Amino acid sequence: MAGIPHDHYEPKTNAEKYMHRRLPIVGLIYDTIMIPTPKNLNWMWIWGVVLVFCLVLQIVTGIVLAMHYTPHVDMAFASVEHIMRNVNGGAMMRYLHQNGAMLFFFAVYLHMFRSMYYGSYKAPREITWIIGMLIYLAMMATAFMGYVLPWGQMSFWGATVITGLFGAIPGIGETLQTWILGGPAVDNAALNRFFSLHYLLPFVILGLVIVHIWAFHTTGNNNPTGVEVRRGSKEEAEKDTLPFWPYFVIKDLFALAVILALFWAVVGFMPNFLGHTDNYIEANPLVTPPEIVPEWYFLPFYAILRAFTSDVWIVIAVNWLTFGIVDATFFGVLAMFGSIFVWALLPWLDTSSVRSGRYRPMFKIWFWLFIVNFVVLTWAGAMPAEGIYTNIALIGTAYWFAYFLVIMPLLGVLEKPLPVPETIEEDFNETLKSKSGDGGPKGPAPEPIPAE
Amino acid sequence: MKLKTLAVAALSALALALPGTMAEATKVKGEVTNFDFSFQGLTGTYDRNQLQRGLQVYHEACASCHGLQYVAFRTLSDPNGPELPEDQMRAFADMYEIWDEDLRDWRPATGPDHFPESQFEGAPDLSLMTKARAGFSGPYGLGINQLMKGIGGPEYVASFLLGYTGEEDFQAGSMFYENKAYGGWVSMAPVLFDDMVFYEDGTPATEQQMALDVAAFLTWTAEPKLVERKRAGFIGVIFLSVLAVLLYLTNKQLWAPIKKTAKES
Repeated sequence: MAGIPHDHYEPKTNAEKYMHRRLPIVGLIYDTIMIPTPKNLNWMWIWGVVLVFCLVLQIVTGIVLAMHYTPHVDMAFASVEHIMRNVNGGAMMRYLHQNGAMLFFFAVYLHMFRSMYYGSYKAPREITWIIGMLIYLAMMATAFMGYVLPWGQMSFWGATVITGLFGAIPGIGETLQTWILGGPAVDNAALNRFFSLHYLLPFVILGLVIVHIWAFHTTGNNNPTGVEVRRGSKEEAEKDTLPFWPYFVIKDLFALAVILALFWAVVGFMPNFLGHTDNYIEANPLVTPPEIVPEWYFLPFYAILRAFTSDVWIVIAVNWLTFGIVDATFFGVLAMFGSIFVWALLPWLDTSSVRSGRYRPMFKIWFWLFIVNFVVLTWAGAMPAEGIYTNIALIGTAYWFAYFLVIMPLLGVLEKPLPVPETIEEDFNETLKSKSGDGGPKGPAPEPIPAE
Repeated sequence: MKLKTLAVAALSALALALPGTMAEATKVKGEVTNFDFSFQGLTGTYDRNQLQRGLQVYHEACASCHGLQYVAFRTLSDPNGPELPEDQMRAFADMYEIWDEDLRDWRPATGPDHFPESQFEGAPDLSLMTKARAGFSGPYGLGINQLMKGIGGPEYVASFLLGYTGEEDFQAGSMFYENKAYGGWVSMAPVLFDDMVFYEDGTPATEQQMALDVAAFLTWTAEPKLVERKRAGFIGVIFLSVLAVLLYLTNKQLWAPIKKTAKES
């Protein structure tokens, strides 16, 4: 499967040969887990395995929860309480599912930031990136619909606000919103279809994950240098790589165990810390909560959505240019979906010939600023949409779009990248030598200093 | 590099504290006292006697208006709860009347029945009240207070019961009472007065004692599996930590020859 030359599965016994001629599944598994993997992968390459674990965790706990949950407006909230009180291990199951969704998003953001820093999205891995973005979108849809199911106040009003976004589309909006909800407002029809889709989408994600893995197994992993594995011969490739099993499996499992220990501490000791207290009040269409806030992983986009009020000049300009069709609300909706869309287009917006941010001095600054901006937007999204907070959100939104649409295309032209190592092997050896202080006479490698 | 440090610090803030901003929306306007409860902290458990006293306060003071519709009487005998003996639990349930769909009539409650719903419109159900209210928030939406002090539901309930200033106001045909913990006017009248209940265990029934007892009881009604959950937390964290150490050692040994070759090259 992989383009990197390596040993393939050879059936030896007669039974193996019999099987292999009819269904080469052992060969498929062998080639998948023995994929040559760059030696120099760092700890940011563990999130993929964490994410696969999250998906399995969510599916397993979710299936169990679905056995006890009732998708009906009169019974949903009570059935969640039934799970919390009467089902054996139900409270743990539900807290694991609830906090598991948050671990899922935490991991996916770090996974995406990793790709952004090391240029993992660049040719020939654009398809992997695009599939990853589709997974991310499906995750957002799944998480949103899952949050509606407990039928608390924030479930109900969150659903009302988010489906209202579709209602903001000029012309077809209202019809579209009614079609999505199955009625004029969030009610039993909406709850039922959200439950149905919340059960379906994880399996769509599972399918996409398989394609995602297939795609990067075809191109091979990226690595911190962004330098390709040498593919001239098997011997050459083996200098740059190690098989995924056992080297990276054990490494990833170690990282997973550390992360799960922290995760388990959150579930065991502070399971409601990351949630909203209002969701322990049953949904009531007649009482609007003082503030409607989504879960933390949606906050950056919520900030972008709310940043555009009708007094922002660009909103006024667009409103005037479109003869009033695009109003502030619709502008915010466009900005929110647009912010994810430009993210997905990153492979074509980044013009740099160097993959890894490690060798891009200017890029580094802008990248870390992007991370800071992401955190600031998250924070702004949680604050009330008034006063200074909308201004902060607006500046953050401006940087978000500038990063993708201006900085990324320009940097490739303006920036002078640092020299890139010849091979992965060289980088791996140099890094290890510079790390080991007890390496005898060699010691830490001195920084190369220019002659002047 | 500075920017990177800043970014990493910001990311850690996001990971640890910022999500606590969720509770920011249920703004804490009033003054909430950070009371100590036995169930706080990593090892805290419910105090059985306190839960029984809280049940008594609930029964004598709250139940006339409020309900506990998600709580079954039988759970009063569960371990890590008020742990009423079975016969006492049944005798207690017998004091409540519930509507029976099959009989189409009211009948005395039994173990499997739930507490009645709120009797009085406007009085919210109390089953989940300590999880539905936040006592602490901020600063600046960073959630640090929630991390240090907890979300503060029980503290809020106790502070609320003790928070009446004595100011009253008659508006549009109903009475309103000023409450410091709420930070404004509420329609619920003050209910606790010294020695209004008689505690069997000899604890003096001061206003504060009753407020804390009922807040503890309502924490149990909201989170009856708290003790089991923390126990599972300890077992899980210890198990996963041991597993992590073993995997660390395995990984180190596995990579040792590879790293040795690399260093010698």
